Amino acid sequence: MFRYLVRRILWAALLFLVITFVTFVIFYVGPNNPARAVCGGDQAKRECLVRATAKLGLDKPMPVQYYKFLKQLVVHQDLGESFATSQSVNQRIKEAAPVTASLVFGGAVLWMMIGLSVGIFSALKPRSLIDRSAMVFVLIGVSAHPIWIGLIFEYVFGVKLGWTPIANYANFFGAPPDSGLPGGPWQWFYHLILPWCTFALLFAALYVRMIRANVMETLNEDYVRTARAKGAPEGQVIRSHVLRNALLPVVTMLGMDIGIALGGAIFTETVYQLPGLGQTAIIGIGNQDLAIVQGVVVFATLAIIVFNLIVDLLYAWIDPRIRLT
Amino acid sequence: MALLDVKDLRTSFRTEDGVVRAVEGVNFTVEKGQTLGIVGESGCGKSVTCLTIMGLNPKRNTVVGGEALWKGNDLLTMKPSDLRAVRGDEISMIFQDPMTSLNPVHTIGRQLIEAVLLHRDVTKRVARQRALELLKAVGIPRAETRIDDYPHQFSGGMRQRVMIAMALINDPDLLIADEPTTALDVTTQAQILALMKTLQEDFGSAIIMITHDLGVVAEIADDVLVMYAANVVEQAEVHDLFNRPQHPYTWGLMGSLPRLEADVERLTQIPGQPPSLLRPPNGCRFHPRCPYVMEICKTTVPALKPTARDPDHLEKCHLDEETKEREAAKLLAATMAEAG
Repeated sequence: MFRYLVRRILWAALLFLVITFVTFVIFYVGPNNPARAVCGGDQAKRECLVRATAKLGLDKPMPVQYYKFLKQLVVHQDLGESFATSQSVNQRIKEAAPVTASLVFGGAVLWMMIGLSVGIFSALKPRSLIDRSAMVFVLIGVSAHPIWIGLIFEYVFGVKLGWTPIANYANFFGAPPDSGLPGGPWQWFYHLILPWCTFALLFAALYVRMIRANVMETLNEDYVRTARAKGAPEGQVIRSHVLRNALLPVVTMLGMDIGIALGGAIFTETVYQLPGLGQTAIIGIGNQDLAIVQGVVVFATLAIIVFNLIVDLLYAWIDPRIRLT
Repeated sequence: MALLDVKDLRTSFRTEDGVVRAVEGVNFTVEKGQTLGIVGESGCGKSVTCLTIMGLNPKRNTVVGGEALWKGNDLLTMKPSDLRAVRGDEISMIFQDPMTSLNPVHTIGRQLIEAVLLHRDVTKRVARQRALELLKAVGIPRAETRIDDYPHQFSGGMRQRVMIAMALINDPDLLIADEPTTALDVTTQAQILALMKTLQEDFGSAIIMITHDLGVVAEIADDVLVMYAANVVEQAEVHDLFNRPQHPYTWGLMGSLPRLEADVERLTQIPGQPPSLLRPPNGCRFHPRCPYVMEICKTTVPALKPTARDPDHLEKCHLDEETKEREAAKLLAATMAEAG
């Protein structure tokens, strides 16, 4: 177990190096000139460009810049300063991450509630009206683009019916005083209802389909027949023998999906103007702001690595056939 | 009254290609403490017969007819809750593949205890004690520690022992064993069969043994049902069947048993395959594969009727008595020659 963890962490470190390096390379291969962006684009003055280039360290060769970035990150846990605004990247991530996390975890709760209830019911009553309706829902869910869904929701529930706000985020722990912004748990919830629904729709559809298929497959297993032959009532057969086995792969999927989504739910954040990691990354890319982009990449990579590790540990715990060595 | 009295049992499945009649008019009785062997090739309706009695066929597309009287009550029309009370308590079942018949995420102890608690109002501790007792009875070494292991930590033979322990844990009156040794290697097969025989003496259960292996039948059964393409083609007391087999299909099955004759290089086989039950052949269902086929076989279904010699020996064939006697004698002589 201990050896397993050590090996996993070493792999994670290697993966981390590769991903950040690739981000660097891609950034420099493209026609980017961050100094120009800092000095106001086309009207940039020459001395401004020179000063900005030196300040951002862009006059050094790329490997040296990468080395400086790594050293700062490892020694000081510091992601540097934004090229465009000189704001600390750590600070920026710290502000954006809770927004994305609120969206992703709330969305995951929603899509799991839908996925489990509809998926299991559809599997137990295949070809029933509910099953057929669920399959239509799945088709819409996987086909419709989140931006389109988001715009429709905004228009119908926000503008036409006036039930919900159509944009912005409210801090769970209250807005800063005198900012005039909404805050507190209720406002947080109220502002996130539509984003959650939009974000969860695609995953809910995928999970309904997956859970339905898994449960139907497990229902045909020999050990389910054994349980019935023992005289177990149907409810106990489903709970104790079908679901436990059918939901094992769902745990893996959930962990991986949450890990990936924490890197930024770009479409949903864009539609509802939520200042999360996805929006931060998009603004960073627009400003040719390598520090910000790299910051989001680092955070996303960490989230994925951590959640995959959690999934593996959890899996070893719930499935007795798997031993971590 | 017989323990189990099956009358004109019929099972069919609705499929996308049409209706599959998997069992057509099967009759038999099982007496207390007796063993009935059901023999036949794969797909001839042996397993479906037993799954129908247990009510374990998929409900959605199965149509069932006839009667299966268990101590006088019809299992086929019983309320689901009453049927559940019988399953696993009075009638229990062992399946073919021990590798997949145990739930991989629960310890075997938990699965055994579940079987007890479903039918007995006892504490978990008592149930566990009972589980241990049974694991010892079926010969699991170090049962005290093994009870907390998971199925994947057991070999195939050991898993089948666990399945047998689970089936016997509530002291059933009837044990249905659906090819319990098919998935096991030969030495393990012999051990499991010996174990079942011993346990039958200890527990006094009746057994329905489904198998495609006449050797198993010879070893364990009192009465035998030979099934072909959803029908019973021959039904007899075990010695009678082996001494005086009456149906060409039974002869074929006996001919394909391995023998230690020096001058035979290949086993005899029944040519062809069992017919599709979607569109079975007209007349006698065995006629396309039968070496004794006559014109009448292709058009008229023979009746299942008693032989002249023994009213309890039933067979379903158009051949005349004389030919049957002669062929049976030839087969017996061959067997004797090899034995002698």
